[in-house]
Amino acid sequence: MTTVTMTVNGRTHRADIEPRTLLVHFLREHLRLTGTHVGCDTSQCGACVVLVNGRGVKSCTRLAVACDGADITTVEGLATGDELHPMQAAFREHHALQCGFCTPGMIMAALDMIARKGTRLDENTIRKELEGNICRCTGYHNIVKAIQAGAAAMTGGVRQAAE
Amino acid sequence: MTTTGIGASVRRVEDRRFVTGKGQYVDDISRPGQSYAVFVRSPYAHANIKSINTAVASSAPGVLGVFTGADLANDRIGNLICGWAVQSKDGSPMKAGAHPALAQGKVRYVGDHVAVVIGETLAAARDAAELVAVDYEQIPAVVDLARAQESGQPQIHAEAPRNTVYEWHLGDKDAVDKAFAGAKHVTRLEIVNNRLIPNAIEPRAAIGEYDSGTQSYTLYTTSQNPHVARLVLSAFVGIAPEHKLRVVAPDVGGGFGSKIFIYAEETVCLWAARKVGRPVKWTADRTESFLADAHGRDHLTTAELAVDGNGKIVAMRVKTKANLGGYLSTFASSVPTYLYAPLLSGQYDIPAIYCEVDGVYTNTAPVDALRGAGRPEATFVVERLVEVTARQIGMDPAEFRRRNFIQKFPHQTPVIMMYDAGDYGTCLNKALELADYANLGKRKAESAQKGLLRGLGFSAYIEACGIAPSRAVGALGAGVGLWESAEVRVNPVGTVEVLTGSHAHGQGHETTFAQVVSQRLGIPIEQVSIVHGDTDKVQMGMGTYGSRSGAVGASAIFRALDKVIAKAKRVAAACMEVAEDSVDFNDGVFTARGTNKSMGFGEVALQAYVAHKFDPDQIEPGLKESAFYDPKNFTFPSGVHIAEVEVDPETGATRIDRWTAVDDFGTLINPMIVEGQVHGGIAHGVGQALLEGAVYDGNGQLLTASYMDYAMPRADNLPSFTVAMTNTPCPSNPLGVKGCGEAGAIAAPAALINAITDALGHEDVAMPATPMTVWRAAQRARVKQAAE
Amino acid sequence: MYAFNYQRPKSLQEAAQILAATAGAKILAGGQTLLPTMKQRLAQPECLIDLAALAELQRIALSGHALTIGAMVTHAMVAESADVKRVLPGLAAVAEGIGDPHVRNCGTIGGSLANNDPAADYPAAVLALGATVETSKRTIAADDFFKGLFTTALQSDEIVTQVSFPLPAKFAYAKFPNPASRYALVGVAVAQRGGEVRVAVTGAGSSGVFRVPAMETALKANFSAKALDGISVSPVNLATDLHADAAYRAHLIGVMAKRAVVALA
Repeated sequence: MTTVTMTVNGRTHRADIEPRTLLVHFLREHLRLTGTHVGCDTSQCGACVVLVNGRGVKSCTRLAVACDGADITTVEGLATGDELHPMQAAFREHHALQCGFCTPGMIMAALDMIARKGTRLDENTIRKELEGNICRCTGYHNIVKAIQAGAAAMTGGVRQAAE
Repeated sequence: MTTTGIGASVRRVEDRRFVTGKGQYVDDISRPGQSYAVFVRSPYAHANIKSINTAVASSAPGVLGVFTGADLANDRIGNLICGWAVQSKDGSPMKAGAHPALAQGKVRYVGDHVAVVIGETLAAARDAAELVAVDYEQIPAVVDLARAQESGQPQIHAEAPRNTVYEWHLGDKDAVDKAFAGAKHVTRLEIVNNRLIPNAIEPRAAIGEYDSGTQSYTLYTTSQNPHVARLVLSAFVGIAPEHKLRVVAPDVGGGFGSKIFIYAEETVCLWAARKVGRPVKWTADRTESFLADAHGRDHLTTAELAVDGNGKIVAMRVKTKANLGGYLSTFASSVPTYLYAPLLSGQYDIPAIYCEVDGVYTNTAPVDALRGAGRPEATFVVERLVEVTARQIGMDPAEFRRRNFIQKFPHQTPVIMMYDAGDYGTCLNKALELADYANLGKRKAESAQKGLLRGLGFSAYIEACGIAPSRAVGALGAGVGLWESAEVRVNPVGTVEVLTGSHAHGQGHETTFAQVVSQRLGIPIEQVSIVHGDTDKVQMGMGTYGSRSGAVGASAIFRALDKVIAKAKRVAAACMEVAEDSVDFNDGVFTARGTNKSMGFGEVALQAYVAHKFDPDQIEPGLKESAFYDPKNFTFPSGVHIAEVEVDPETGATRIDRWTAVDDFGTLINPMIVEGQVHGGIAHGVGQALLEGAVYDGNGQLLTASYMDYAMPRADNLPSFTVAMTNTPCPSNPLGVKGCGEAGAIAAPAALINAITDALGHEDVAMPATPMTVWRAAQRARVKQAAE
Repeated sequence: MYAFNYQRPKSLQEAAQILAATAGAKILAGGQTLLPTMKQRLAQPECLIDLAALAELQRIALSGHALTIGAMVTHAMVAESADVKRVLPGLAAVAEGIGDPHVRNCGTIGGSLANNDPAADYPAAVLALGATVETSKRTIAADDFFKGLFTTALQSDEIVTQVSFPLPAKFAYAKFPNPASRYALVGVAVAQRGGEVRVAVTGAGSSGVFRVPAMETALKANFSAKALDGISVSPVNLATDLHADAAYRAHLIGVMAKRAVVALA
């Protein structure tokens, strides 16, 4: 057992875990934050993407011990009370989800994308940047639209209703 | 009028929980004291099990139990079933071998279930699973579908000589042979419909639980049809009678057919929960999903089309070998027969059709329904034949289609189906316009300047949805009726709960079904909630597949609402002291004709429960009604998809430049959701045509067992889609809806292959049209052109 | 995953000591290959030595005619580095094309080179650029580093510390991705420096990354796509799998080499 301390969605957690505990299992099983999902074994589907120190990371391919001291944001940490984060709101407004399973990873990937590429995103950039996230339901059409709109709504930190 | 009724693109009710990570999928559920199951799976495609030694595993730390097929047999647990009896053309019943949940002496595909280890932790179970010693005696594997029926091939099930489950046929062979004999032109194609692996992004999962106090079981499972699961596990597998078994299918992360079936894993978890006295949880890892989810498609087909001198189709002849895998999955037998051949008429007036289908066992994972289920296979046959024929006789492919479209409805095809309504010409015209077909030549020239080959392909598809009229499918061998149930519970304050036997796993029923209620009762959608996925709440249901939930599930709700409104009118009449037949109900208000009296829906609901103002001998208190709706006919969604691609002949890479879809789904309840279903379907069909294909090696090892080798459509494989609709209401259900969830997957493969072959100067290309496949075809085309 | 011990040393020296002293120990860099392998129980290290705390391995430095990248520098850091984009933009582009954004946020150049996946991108760049791999013990020229599938010149107790790239006049990498994994089905890196041209191919070789002398000679004489006409790579030592057979790979090497050269025109 190893002791880890990390801040998850603004709260500090300390836990004794086995070194082989993956970050995703730490989040899902120790913290019961089940919004982060597991969809594959080979780091490709992206359902498990969370932000580690502001960068998108596949939490199924990260040891929890390696995140000792890190600041983690999961999909549960985005909304303010009942008010959705602009990216969450954009996913709903643009019907960018169907079964919802890939959605948390998509939303976190969108935030990582914006952190690196800014809030003015064209369609090609978004499609390329979604290489690490697989959706079986939507055909990506509405996910692309939602990320574009959500990013625009985040410009200046102002939430705008999408058109 | 409410703004949340039928036809409004209402934003989805269910989204808040999904975008905030509050969805509750099976793996998100933890039951107190739960243990974990790990399955020992066969590493061989075909082998006898000489012995299984579980002693070492059983005594490993943290192990609660290790069980094999012998333990299931000792407890008299029944086998998994195939629920549709298909007869061969000689009238004999299909030849199905047993399908035990854990192997009984033999394994029949890589990933077959040999034993289960239940551990205190997942790691303990996994560690111990490696300690289960299985002594296998390998048998040569039957992997090649083309050769599986040859004499001398190993026999997979003793019951099925030549590995043949059935030799089925449909249609009038003599009429077809005669028409072919007199035809001006015959087109013949050899078609491989590639095998797909479903890949819902949520892997299958189950938690079995047993309450020794009440002697009752609960199964949490990733199911598209929890009541069917309960029925099978009760009546056939025999774990517990229905009243002692609750099946819960909570949020389910995509199904696409793969979560219809009753599999070994959930069966074993449920049974083992009693054995170990603890809840037993299993969640597939992706490798297990690849190995042991039921796969889809996998046909080898010879298809012929005969036309006369006027470019009119006179007959079609199809011979298909369908791979059913190592066992018959729940609905496996019906998919390549009754869900396939009756669609071979497409949108065309074809006087004579004859189709033969051999259902064949191989040492591969079971094959069953996958998004479209038989209809993508049929559409691919029809639309490749039609396209190639048009090219061969030198007619514009749009014109050839138009010339053969069915014009009058209802239309009886020679293959069972009675099409009730459609307008194929209008759909085609709209698609041609949106796709800018007129300027294709110009675009081809522009691509050529860049060294790229541009091609355009059509797919004019039809599907039979709204599965299905119970009597009709019963006559064809189905083991169940395919109606749907609904119960509408009006609360005293006028809010409404609707219990439906349909199950949503991405379709948005919590929104669309509520829209139907909102429209009919004239109340805001916020006052409606939809309850599904729990056999303790919803009495009975048949679930969601075959694009049936709108046409059948919502129709059941519609019928129950009829009853609610009728009862409420009687309550309102009594309260307003007027005759019942003088009460009208519009936009949520009951009015007494010829008076100024009126009551709101909520008021009437309250009065129904207060029960002060009517005679209980005349009117029962309360306001709750249910309906079972059995459809009169299938529904027949149709449409035209046009794909336009650029092929790089140097690398074989195909880029989809444009996609135009014009679909006729009849009445739309929520256009936003319908378009989303079309998008997803197209992506699935593009996956089949361009990327996806399960490959087994000669020993039956699955080579495409992860996303490293099985190519899934990603965002950069696809363009944004142009989606439009025509609306010919379906006359056979009260809402006029047809179903939209599978259309894209049905239409897309032919459109894409037609586009690629157009780009390559008509050189044939097999699916998936990977870069290497397309490059080789481009090479062949170049050689041929040089020779001409 | 099997159980293991976890160590996060504070210095390179400490890391090297643990590695030398611990049987079954393995270095954990970004973990983007090692962890999936361990999850599938295909690797069973008894100890993982995480280099994440070693700040000295996370630097990108520019000095004179060389760009030096620390072993723990992530693909994202290389892709985003203003220095790399200015002096060796082709390398930033290589990094930008590895894996997906989330893999790039974790995966490192040192990890990639030590793993030497036959379809990885960095080995082609390192070999074409004639870079030098520096370790806890020595420096190894690229030509001596890659030894076959998942095999390098590294000894079991040796840790990659940084990679030094002599700045070329021209460098580009053209990749044709595997449609499933998105790794290189064929990737060709072309570098020109001081009159020398080096061409390195990844994804295609049945024993990993390799150079193509015939192309190098032709491009040295005439640095143009046309110079590559008629030069074919033999499929004999190329890989065949589900996605591409050796003949197709051989063909793609020619196409991708030309595209890399065209990108530099």
